[in-house]
Amino acid sequence: MDLLLMQLFNSLSVSSILLLAALGLAITFGLMGVINMAHGELIMIGAYTTYVVQNIWKSVFPESLFDGYFIASIFISFLVTAGIGVLLERGIIRHLYGRALDSLLVTWGISLVLQQLVRSIFGPTNVSVACPSFLDKNIEVIGMFSMSYKRLFILALVIICCILIGLLMYRTRQGRNIRAAMQNRPMAASLGVNTARCDALTFAIGSGFAGVAGCAIALLGPIGPTIGQSYIVDTFMAVVVGGVGRIVGCITGSAIIGMGGPIFEFFTTASLGKVLIFIVVIIILQFCPKGIFSISNRVLDE
Amino acid sequence: MLNETKAGKFRIQGNTILVTIIFIFLTAAPFFMSSFRMNMFGKYMCFALIAIGIDMIWGYAGILSLGHGVYFGLGAYCMAMHLKLEASGGALPDFMAWSAMEKLPGFWKPFESTAFTLLAVVLVPVTVAAIIGSLTFLNRIRGVYFSILSQALAYALATFMIGRQEYFGGSNGLTNFSTIFGCPIQSTQTKIILFYCTLAALILAYVGCRFLVKRRIGRVLIAVRDAENRARFTGYSPAVYKVFVYCLSAALAGIAGALYVPQVGIISPTDINISPSIEMVIWVAVGGKGTLVGPVLGALVVNFLKSLISEQFPAFWQFFMGGVFILVVLFLPGGLVSIKEIPAKIKARKLKKEE
Repeated sequence: MDLLLMQLFNSLSVSSILLLAALGLAITFGLMGVINMAHGELIMIGAYTTYVVQNIWKSVFPESLFDGYFIASIFISFLVTAGIGVLLERGIIRHLYGRALDSLLVTWGISLVLQQLVRSIFGPTNVSVACPSFLDKNIEVIGMFSMSYKRLFILALVIICCILIGLLMYRTRQGRNIRAAMQNRPMAASLGVNTARCDALTFAIGSGFAGVAGCAIALLGPIGPTIGQSYIVDTFMAVVVGGVGRIVGCITGSAIIGMGGPIFEFFTTASLGKVLIFIVVIIILQFCPKGIFSISNRVLDE
Repeated sequence: MLNETKAGKFRIQGNTILVTIIFIFLTAAPFFMSSFRMNMFGKYMCFALIAIGIDMIWGYAGILSLGHGVYFGLGAYCMAMHLKLEASGGALPDFMAWSAMEKLPGFWKPFESTAFTLLAVVLVPVTVAAIIGSLTFLNRIRGVYFSILSQALAYALATFMIGRQEYFGGSNGLTNFSTIFGCPIQSTQTKIILFYCTLAALILAYVGCRFLVKRRIGRVLIAVRDAENRARFTGYSPAVYKVFVYCLSAALAGIAGALYVPQVGIISPTDINISPSIEMVIWVAVGGKGTLVGPVLGALVVNFLKSLISEQFPAFWQFFMGGVFILVVLFLPGGLVSIKEIPAKIKARKLKKEE
């Protein structure tokens, strides 16, 4: 029982990280029809940014302020990956609108380059960050089952990010423009929405949240150049199951993939769990081929 | 209009010449290459076979599969199981003994028979492809949704194979073969025979696929690629055609896998995971999708370069690969075979500017 609760709690925090990564992926996919295969590498860069910030912080500030580095690195990771996102969008992806499959391949190429770049700079071995002392505690709940502050913190972080993104999409003018462009790009453009700016902004925000996800991952374990790869498949699955373009879809998808996998693994084995979750995804897509929550429209050819 | 048809005709002829040169080169290869290089080209030809299959679904039918490693792997594992049984000569295969298995699992039994193995090499991938294909295409799951699913499939299968140490040798895969159908696998003679078998399979696949795409089915596939709904309204069932071509390409990948195993001597989950699967797509993209010679050329050239570069500068390879991929998709969507059209394109652009 304790073990199951533990498993559930851990998978909840995995789903929350997936959610953070999936949010960015889903809005860029919904808006531009671009599947960003380099999204995993943006997560990885976020994690490495945390590592760099930690090292710089150590040499600049006194020991007593060390814990502050993590809070700073959340924001710095966001900015760094958002910057890289804008560069990618303006430099390469912009030229590939309407060629979804091609953009998928190009971003895969980008991911290879980024991976190798990080490997050349930081070496192929894993690095790790020190957990700030205020997160290095556990709450004992019952028996063996305890919740670590780290994972609770990640959960809170993800909830805050979701609220922020929700506010942005549904409460601001820019968000309304983005949603308009998502539903009908030419119509939005002819009504005066600057769709190119929407694209760049959305891509930046999506990439930024990938950076924050990387920051969260850095807390959980060692980071290496291929860490993004291990999350990206699950993230894609979450987006596909949940449906594109709605936050509630992302939450559902991440919950299904993030919770479902570990639960199956708990009752069977790790290797069978992956196959079972794949079968579940296929079954769900039989009934809703565009994901559970999708924006319905009457366009036939997309 | 007249000029266009002329240019079109020239292109077909150009590609025919190119493919003839490639096949003559490959036929002659064992006579002037060291046994090591010949073996490498044998491997590349297996890759070319997969590439033709991927081109059939991607270049002609517009389905981008990022998980073709699965079908390659299924074919390869079927063959490897047979070779493993042959090598163990009635005893339990070594890795099973290490995992404390006591007797051969039931599904390994039939692979003792050569005929069954040769059938399974094609039928297992085709069955899986038919199931996956009909579950997705009939429900009109397409485009990137399908790509992501196929990628997840590769990931699921690789994870499954790694986890099933006692059945499939885990992350080490299946290796240490000694004979194939009674011939010693290391001898030069066997290698040459395998080389020509692979070449024959490649030529057959090329000719067969060329036959298909020149017939009505090829036209329908292109119609499905370009305007799926219009094809449906005209009375064709895109799903049926898609499932068929998907199965065909799975069969080619399976055969390639079966030819790959005896030549390379190992198959492991790393060879069927996501990265190698996407690499297969890269060959097609670099060579030129939508033509049949493109993928063959792409698979040979990219893999040859890969061997050259990763022998000299291992770290550089990934930069090179990523870079080539970005450049080809952005600037040369037609791949290597479209290089000869570049001067005409530049000319056209100049004319446009002058206007």
